[in-house]
Amino acid sequence: MFRIDFNKLRFLVCDDNPHMRRILRTLLHSFGAREVYESEDGANALEMYTHYVPDIVITDWSMPIFDGLELAQMIRQPESKGNPYAPIIMLTGHSEKRRVTVARDAGVTEFLAKPISAKGLYQRIMNVVANPRPFIKTKTYFGPDRRRNSNNTYIGPERRVGGEVEVMQQPSLLEKARSSI
Amino acid sequence: MARDKRALQIETFVDHQLITQPNPLRKVLRRVAEADLEDPVARAEMALAGLSGEFKDWMSAEADRLAAAHAAILAHGFTNATSAELFRAAHDIKGDAITFGYPSAGVVAESLCRIIEHAPDLEQVPSPLIAHHVNAIQAIVAERTKLDTISTAGELSRRLRGVADDYLAHANRDRPEHLEAIFAPSIVPGE
Repeated sequence: MFRIDFNKLRFLVCDDNPHMRRILRTLLHSFGAREVYESEDGANALEMYTHYVPDIVITDWSMPIFDGLELAQMIRQPESKGNPYAPIIMLTGHSEKRRVTVARDAGVTEFLAKPISAKGLYQRIMNVVANPRPFIKTKTYFGPDRRRNSNNTYIGPERRVGGEVEVMQQPSLLEKARSSI
Repeated sequence: MARDKRALQIETFVDHQLITQPNPLRKVLRRVAEADLEDPVARAEMALAGLSGEFKDWMSAEADRLAAAHAAILAHGFTNATSAELFRAAHDIKGDAITFGYPSAGVVAESLCRIIEHAPDLEQVPSPLIAHHVNAIQAIVAERTKLDTISTAGELSRRLRGVADDYLAHANRDRPEHLEAIFAPSIVPGE
């Protein structure tokens, strides 16, 4: 069985709702996190991202002026000063499936629909820690590999051309650890 | 845990690059015995339960915010600013209501969000329809402690949702992309 040493992780939480920030802070502290930085808007979060270099970003979607989607897009700029590879978990009240696709295409790593649960948040964090995905860069996208499953029969317009390396089966860290027993 | 650019492995293909970086977070993962009784999720759930004494006040604050946003609509009409604030107030209630113990308020808030997002022209939405949503949330939050409110609140939220859906289906009869979004299943578990 594996656990995360949350006291070694640095989080950036971005949500304009102070109640939700309090809940997230409570959950993360209960998991064992000691460095949790908070922001109430996307623009300030971007500054804090560059300054504090968090390991994981947890952001709301719907915020005034500069929302979570724009924050993710700015973080994922490959030429940005900050780290464009940090996992981004989007925690949002949006519950439509199309929203998941939009967030995914903005470079969000994990999507978590509210209502928030301790288990759901822990699982998403475990996933980004233990099962990191490689990044893909195309003319129109830079972010985590958006494929959850391989589909060798897909021949649509978005089929990437990659010869024998078209589909990368990456064993997760947990699988690697278990196979080494 | 700063990123080490030199450790990136980049494979270039015709139309994309595959970039693999060593997982900088693997150091925080540790193996524990199966008999390890520490449960961070249970600990977090207890901490969340410890906050529950504040949920009633928080929910009241959210409902007040929604009422204020609606009052701004009545005073100034549907501007970008007033519409956005009404949506955000309803959207926050939609996301928080179950956590705070007011699931029916969340259903009504979601219905209001759908109206704001998918009505072709907010000025054409019957004002009682929006007012009923706002008032329903106020009532659910205010009357929650009464014994018969659970079933009443549930029935109220279902009826409002039905009326809103009927309105949106009619208003969007020529906009199939909105109809698809309106009637697509939710991704929230249990819905």
